[in-house]
Amino acid sequence: MDRVPLERKVLSENDRIAAELRTQFQEHGVLCLNLISSPGSGKTSLLERTLEALPARDRVAVLTGDIQTENDANRLKRFHFPVKQITTGGTCHLDARMIERHLADWRLEDLDLLFIENVGNLVCPSSYDLGEAAKVVVLSVTEGEDKPLKYPSIFFKSDLLVLNKIDLLPYVPFDIAAAAENARKVHPGMEIVKVSCLTGNGLHEWMMWLGERRRAHKALLQKTAS
Amino acid sequence: MGIANSVLEAVRTEMGLHPGTYPCKVGVRIGEMAAIDQDALRFCFEAIIQETNLASLELGIEVCPRRHRCQVCGREFVVRNYDSRCPQCTSLETTCISGDELELAYLEVEEYGSSTVGAKSTE
Repeated sequence: MDRVPLERKVLSENDRIAAELRTQFQEHGVLCLNLISSPGSGKTSLLERTLEALPARDRVAVLTGDIQTENDANRLKRFHFPVKQITTGGTCHLDARMIERHLADWRLEDLDLLFIENVGNLVCPSSYDLGEAAKVVVLSVTEGEDKPLKYPSIFFKSDLLVLNKIDLLPYVPFDIAAAAENARKVHPGMEIVKVSCLTGNGLHEWMMWLGERRRAHKALLQKTAS
Repeated sequence: MGIANSVLEAVRTEMGLHPGTYPCKVGVRIGEMAAIDQDALRFCFEAIIQETNLASLELGIEVCPRRHRCQVCGREFVVRNYDSRCPQCTSLETTCISGDELELAYLEVEEYGSSTVGAKSTE
């Protein structure tokens, strides 16, 4: 009996493609954000409000993932930014190869910002690197404030928590302070914005975060280039 | 299921490097923050090897705790119940150093024709 050390990542092939994507994003100055949540938390609604608020000249694109249907892409196309649907046909997450394939006929040099809307799932998407600069997790107030403790990985790996549907707070027993505390137990210092994609409340904070990220990304690229 | 498939693929790739042997056990390392349920992984793994020539391949899972390092005093410690405060100096300025592993650790192979052919590893 021989024991052969392997010492590599289980998802090394995914990670290899993700690393290539990350290099390409950096070379072309594209900030890529990977949006993750359970189904129905409001990823698409957040993107609708975001695309609506961005100036038409902005160089923004969206890849949106679902198991079936083009519904999300159809919702997002009316803002006249490039949008492409990825239907996984059963897979509960996006992987780097899907991103690579769906980006193939887009010119990255024409983009500054790429949103990837992952398949609705708080578990598996956290394992698959897509080459993004940051993951953003969306949690809605109808889901329960203990989700960060039940699904720690995605809260641990995300830079920002967007707490959505705060317009429903008067009607649901959701303790927003406890949710924030739980998120920060898993991810000390985690940034949190509270929004309602329905009323628009709090979206300003999200747009501020996004703007700050875009500025920081640009500054970093300029520094690297010089 | 995707993870189980990746483990099996890695075993097949690795076996190409060890002619004349067959794999008995593959070891993986999973961090508690890796969002991998051990039982689900084991179930998927056993399901996918069923109809293959690797049906007796055993899966060894080592779970790795979340570890932090204190930025003030340098102490490294295991985080329990999400309490990331340094047990030595009580600082909250600690950073995660491990706990999200999803790694292939080892592969145990046996030569064809050896006395333990077909036997499962006892480790």
